[in-house]
Amino acid sequence: MSAVIAEHDDHHDDHAHHDHGPEKGLLRWIITTNHKDIGTLYLLFALAMFFVGGGMAMIIRAELFEPGMQFVQPQFFNSMTTMHALVMVFGAVMPAFVGLANWMIPMMIGAPDMALPRMNNMSFWVLVAGVLLLASTLFMEGGAPAGGWTLYPPLVLQTGKALPFAIFSVHLLGISSIMGAINIIATIFNMRAPGMTLMKMPLFVWTWLITAFLLIAVMPVFAGAVTMLLTDKFFGTSFFDAAGGGDPVLYQHIFWFFGHPEVYIMILPTFGVASTIIPVFARKPLFGYSSMVYATASIAFLSFIVWAHHMFTVGMPMAGELYFMYATMLIAIPTGVKVFNWTATMWKGAMTFETPMLFSIAFVVLFTLGGFTGLMMSIAPSDFQYHDTYFIVAHFHYTLVPASVFILMAAGYYWLPKWTGHMYNEKIGQLHFWLSVVSVNILFFPQHFLGLAGMPRRIPDYAVQFADWNMISSIGGFIFGASQLLFLYIVIDTVRGGTGEKVSDEVWEDAHKHGLEWTLPSPPPYHTFTTPPTVIPTEHF
Amino acid sequence: MSSSDAYYIPHKATWPVMATAGLVTTLAGFANHLNGSASGATMMYIGLAIFIAMLAGWFTLQATESESGMYSKQVGISYRMGMMWFIFSEIMFFAVFFGTLWYTRNLSVPWLGGEGTGAATKEMLWPAFDATWPTNGPANVGGEFEPMSAWGLPFLNTLILLTSGVTCTWAHHGLLAKNRDQLIKGLIATVGLGFLFVAFQAIEYHEAYTEMGLTLGSGIYGSTFFMLTGFHGFHVCIGAIILSVVLFRSSKGHFKPENHFAFEAAAWYWHFVDVVWLGLFIFVYLM
Repeated sequence: MSAVIAEHDDHHDDHAHHDHGPEKGLLRWIITTNHKDIGTLYLLFALAMFFVGGGMAMIIRAELFEPGMQFVQPQFFNSMTTMHALVMVFGAVMPAFVGLANWMIPMMIGAPDMALPRMNNMSFWVLVAGVLLLASTLFMEGGAPAGGWTLYPPLVLQTGKALPFAIFSVHLLGISSIMGAINIIATIFNMRAPGMTLMKMPLFVWTWLITAFLLIAVMPVFAGAVTMLLTDKFFGTSFFDAAGGGDPVLYQHIFWFFGHPEVYIMILPTFGVASTIIPVFARKPLFGYSSMVYATASIAFLSFIVWAHHMFTVGMPMAGELYFMYATMLIAIPTGVKVFNWTATMWKGAMTFETPMLFSIAFVVLFTLGGFTGLMMSIAPSDFQYHDTYFIVAHFHYTLVPASVFILMAAGYYWLPKWTGHMYNEKIGQLHFWLSVVSVNILFFPQHFLGLAGMPRRIPDYAVQFADWNMISSIGGFIFGASQLLFLYIVIDTVRGGTGEKVSDEVWEDAHKHGLEWTLPSPPPYHTFTTPPTVIPTEHF
Repeated sequence: MSSSDAYYIPHKATWPVMATAGLVTTLAGFANHLNGSASGATMMYIGLAIFIAMLAGWFTLQATESESGMYSKQVGISYRMGMMWFIFSEIMFFAVFFGTLWYTRNLSVPWLGGEGTGAATKEMLWPAFDATWPTNGPANVGGEFEPMSAWGLPFLNTLILLTSGVTCTWAHHGLLAKNRDQLIKGLIATVGLGFLFVAFQAIEYHEAYTEMGLTLGSGIYGSTFFMLTGFHGFHVCIGAIILSVVLFRSSKGHFKPENHFAFEAAAWYWHFVDVVWLGLFIFVYLM
């Protein structure tokens, strides 16, 4: 945000590293330690999983299109809701942001690569192994886990052969995330170019620094929780069994101690990308840079002390209900600071509306909507009505789809020209945006009504009174799903040459004022900074 | 890579892929084994063999690169940060089980005994349940048992681990003072005490299972006791193996006073294991 590069080596003439080009053939991708290669792997894997998880969502919406049982068995339907969530969270959204971190953080802070390149390679392949282990459960006796992505006991302990595979998959995903997070922290603390002080870092780097801390703090907690599920099922322990003195509610506490920071793990980098894109297209510096940093840190801190708002109806003591209610409401303050700052950044800006900006503006509006429903649910007595209904589904999909996923799309459009050296097709990009933004609201907005009217989550069939809004929601879902194929087309098209227009180093007008990555060639050389670039501190931009 | 301001970037990493293959084979084998598949255990051992071979290969590579002076000061800082944050993740892992112990002892077991709003539940379901710690729950899961006392082997083990922390630091002082003899003796003592601890814990477990009726299945007391002490014992084993490797490398003349990341990482890990034990001794055995 705040630093421009004064000079950097002409990398094409850097003889010392000529022999370190990419390996030839497929092997390049398997044994690579290059942050750009690994970032690409993460992003492509996430895109593939986005369509796998999306396919599951299509099955869910098809079954819910009309009341009555249409296409699938209830057990399989429940597997779909469970696997859709796990694949989207751990296979699509999180890896996509790690991919962005891999690609962009070293370029943004003037580093040659990530701090621990070998571990970087391992964290990607362990992720693939974890997701494959999870996907393999679809084909097992007894079916994939069907008790919801939260894996609550005692229900989840009724899973068939899939249970230990799902549990070990969580362990692998945790190992992958922790390694990735350690790498990001070490990179940010140890690899910044001289002059790139912490408070000059782009906000995307800041949000990832804080996200990485959250990951290291909570992934072991989830690993511990599922380990106890494993021993309860196979080794005779009584952690979640009241007959032996344990408590199934204990699992919920541990899970949400992980789970609440986990949702911020998916949204904080989203904030970071939005704070990167909006100033460029508003042609103004980001409003309130330091307040953005402090707001991010505050949200991260609060995420550790609000977990039981997911469990208001579980029978907690009154003091617990009240504490978690008020603590949760506090989150609205730093979040409000962020929304205010994005709006203020656009205020009186010389705005243009290219696809990345369109997705970012939609994010600000629709994420705010998801935030407001979150505020409604924080009110414990109200939540007794909303709990486990489609209102919850509508809420968290508003914070994940038109927020995290839209910003991932925005990031794709924003940085694809930098990554590939080709310009994407703006017309198809805008078509993708308008189809997505309209259909996502047709898809999720009616679910608020369904939830308030009492339709429960995770059911394959429903009372006829819910029929109309479910059909409308499903139609929105099908349009949204189909629209995403446009994004797939654009990615492939851009990689293969796009519009054929030669893109400049800065791609977007005056983007070089906003980040080091725009001072590099498009596409950037395989190794970016072999010697530290000189960063001249300027006023915040 | 000779100039000090040039970054070191390794290339063509093959060990990470092998690590992944080892991990996923081990876990898939274990899962199959738990599901009753006859070949599951074999698969698990093959995976473990791959993983151990990978560890040997990867760490040999790191040691060779380190001794040939390929790592700048900056790389060393990255490694140290990596180790510190790894230990932080381990602390969070143990926090889950300490949290479980705290929650069951102070909240859920008293609730089962009728505290708070649980009076009706107790009367309806388990009127005879005496909710005092240690307990194996209202259903007497796992049968009668005798809780582990703090003042036998556990206390001895506390002294052993604390002493090993001292010998580890003594070895570090030897390394800094270029006193190779003190370094090696200190490490031998530390590793020896570490394995002695594990041996005593094995005896303790044996007594629990054969004489006290205390097993992993002894309700929530047995569950928390063996989960906490078991994971800790596993970490002591890992720590002692790491220190053995450091000892082996010390005897080969590795490490300099200004560059000995592996020793530092091993020592940090050892002190972390030590501190966890103090927590265990207080909250699991004493209280």
